[in-house]
Amino acid sequence: MTTATATGRTSTSPGTIVPSEPVKRRRMKSSYPTWFFIPAGVFYVVLFLIPTIASFYFSLTRWTLFDVEFIGFDNFVRFFQEPQLVQGFVNTFIYAFLTSGLKVVLGLLLGVFLSSQIIGRGFLRATVFFPVLVSTIGVGILFQVLMDPFGGPINEVLATVGIPGPGWLTDPSLALVSVALVDVWKGVGLATLIYIAGMVAIPHEYFEAAKVDGAGAWNNFRHITLPLLRPATVTVVLLSLIGGLRSFDLIWTMTGGGPGFTSDVLASVVYKQYQAGFFGLSTAGNVVLFVVVAAIIFPLSWWLNRKGDEQ
Amino acid sequence: MVPRSPRRSIVAIGAGGLVLSLALAGCTAGGSDSDGGAVTLSYLVDNQEATVETAEALADAFMAENPDIKVEVESRPQGADGDNLIKTRLATGEMSDVFAYNSGSLFQALSPDSTLVDLSDQEWVDTLDENFVRTVSTEKAIYGVPMGQSMAGAVIYNKDIYADLGLEIPTTWEEFIANSEAIKAAGTAAPIVQTYGDTWTSQLFVLGDFNNVLAEDPDWAEKYTSNEAKYVDEPALAGFEHQQEAFDAGLFNEDFASAKYADGVAMVATGEGAQYPILTFAASQLMTTNPEAADTVGTFPLPGPDASANGLTVWMPNGVYIPKSTEGDKLEAAKTFVAFLATPESCDIQSETTAPQGPFVIDGCELPDDVPAIVSDLQPYFDEGKTNLALEFLSPIKGPALEQITVAVGSGITRAADGAAQYDEDVKKQAQQLGLEGW
Repeated sequence: MTTATATGRTSTSPGTIVPSEPVKRRRMKSSYPTWFFIPAGVFYVVLFLIPTIASFYFSLTRWTLFDVEFIGFDNFVRFFQEPQLVQGFVNTFIYAFLTSGLKVVLGLLLGVFLSSQIIGRGFLRATVFFPVLVSTIGVGILFQVLMDPFGGPINEVLATVGIPGPGWLTDPSLALVSVALVDVWKGVGLATLIYIAGMVAIPHEYFEAAKVDGAGAWNNFRHITLPLLRPATVTVVLLSLIGGLRSFDLIWTMTGGGPGFTSDVLASVVYKQYQAGFFGLSTAGNVVLFVVVAAIIFPLSWWLNRKGDEQ
Repeated sequence: MVPRSPRRSIVAIGAGGLVLSLALAGCTAGGSDSDGGAVTLSYLVDNQEATVETAEALADAFMAENPDIKVEVESRPQGADGDNLIKTRLATGEMSDVFAYNSGSLFQALSPDSTLVDLSDQEWVDTLDENFVRTVSTEKAIYGVPMGQSMAGAVIYNKDIYADLGLEIPTTWEEFIANSEAIKAAGTAAPIVQTYGDTWTSQLFVLGDFNNVLAEDPDWAEKYTSNEAKYVDEPALAGFEHQQEAFDAGLFNEDFASAKYADGVAMVATGEGAQYPILTFAASQLMTTNPEAADTVGTFPLPGPDASANGLTVWMPNGVYIPKSTEGDKLEAAKTFVAFLATPESCDIQSETTAPQGPFVIDGCELPDDVPAIVSDLQPYFDEGKTNLALEFLSPIKGPALEQITVAVGSGITRAADGAAQYDEDVKKQAQQLGLEGW
């Protein structure tokens, strides 16, 4: 609870000290000379500000790298007209919410498990975190082999217990979910780590007090661990949702958006447009991606943090 | 299907720098045609090992016959880098004396009328296949001589299976389906092999059907380029419909969704699969992995509705061109060299140094006797003139998403008509990007 209120207070503090703002600004100015900011400022303008503004402009053009023709919002209209683009849009949300939800649930359970007193805890923690360290492309190629419907180890194992394994990556209704599961396997280590850190920060006094009151394991978890892990949960949800919305590398290595367009997400659609040389159209796609991520993450982040404050 | 694009030009600056350095080098190295009447020609080819090897062998043979002409082989990068280098050097008048480059839409992008030497008055022009001539010509003139062989988008099939079941080579789509059903009933082999693990292989039902489209409407390609003909309408829709029909009838191999191109060729070679629509450059894959099946695997065209129009859809070889910057003695020497490239002797050298993938497009050029049946089966269609060019040699428009669409149609995800409609939309983007009229 203490951490939650602390972060909440700092985030709202600029509003409360509005009257004293001029004073603060003058003090900041005096602490460093102006030239001190120039290098960072130049970097910021050249590497971030100009490309961002340029991309908004190029998204309104038909662009071959040599010729630019201004065509207004045609790119955006086209982007939302094509069925595969709409499907990519829907898939992006399915993928992001599925991976984010699973990472929260599994990360929490693994976090609780790995912060309890068990044998080989350090080793087990390292094992869970290990997939996070491996290259995504490597993981993608590995699971492409594991999930091969003919002779792939996963289906071979299923066959020995009499279950006919599905075409994990080739069945149109399964491909996206299969990739999402691999993404969860690869990313759950980070969620677990965040939860373990959150769990370690919970003062022991609460559990001792609860013990005196006669609370069982479930009550401990439900009324102490879970509420006090809210900041960790907020972090995991935001990180995994942002990651899921702009996810590309794993999907591209495992299915290439296929079969057909059934596992395409926004980022892979945008990539294919670049590949085909439709630079204006793909830049428009990136702008859409940017707007979508911002439109989801900012309100969500505000809502999650506000709920924390209320408690 | 040709794995390169004239559009991706990110490296223009790098290529430009390279051109500059080459141009500077040219200032010092050029102008050596004064020593005893000997002329030195530079011959620019792409830097693929096999291409360079062939070019060197051709140059050596030519110099042995023409002691007063010296040919020096230069190489350039492949793909978009090479495209830009060629365009820049042509535009600045610094091109090598003779150069090899793609035919068809990439050739047209060089604006040949203003950059290349007209070769239509040369004797060897009459010996060339007329389809090839179309891909190296503008309305005004003919500019190139072929380098390498043509290939076809066709069905490779296992001859043993056909012989065992007493099947005839199909000349209509109905016969093809009937054959496939017979193979399915026999139960030993997959009737039709599909390999969507490599998505590009899924396009053959559509791209390889183009001979049949042209048989019904000879002007289809022009109409297509000017936004009048569409894939949602017959005759072009047939390619998509055939793919859907074959899927619906359950004629594909069990692992069609995950198998790869190399698996597909191996399946036909070993008799696990009976028929596989693919490009005939599969001959080199076959000779690498299953050389024992060289005579077992043959080729026939993708059949259409009309047996009398049955013929091959053909992809053309590259051309060799002379730029306008080659003048005087050098131009005469360059014309002699190009004429040599159009001789049967040149063809023999080409097929010795690189494995043939299809017939030559020059009269009098014969493939060696030991070419795999995939390639030798094509020859009769060429001899009888039963060939048509693939769409990509007749129109600059090819949508980038065709392979995903054909995977979706061939996997039962999308219906043929919907797939064709999606492709028409895809093509629209490409046409607009190229700035074509009427889109």
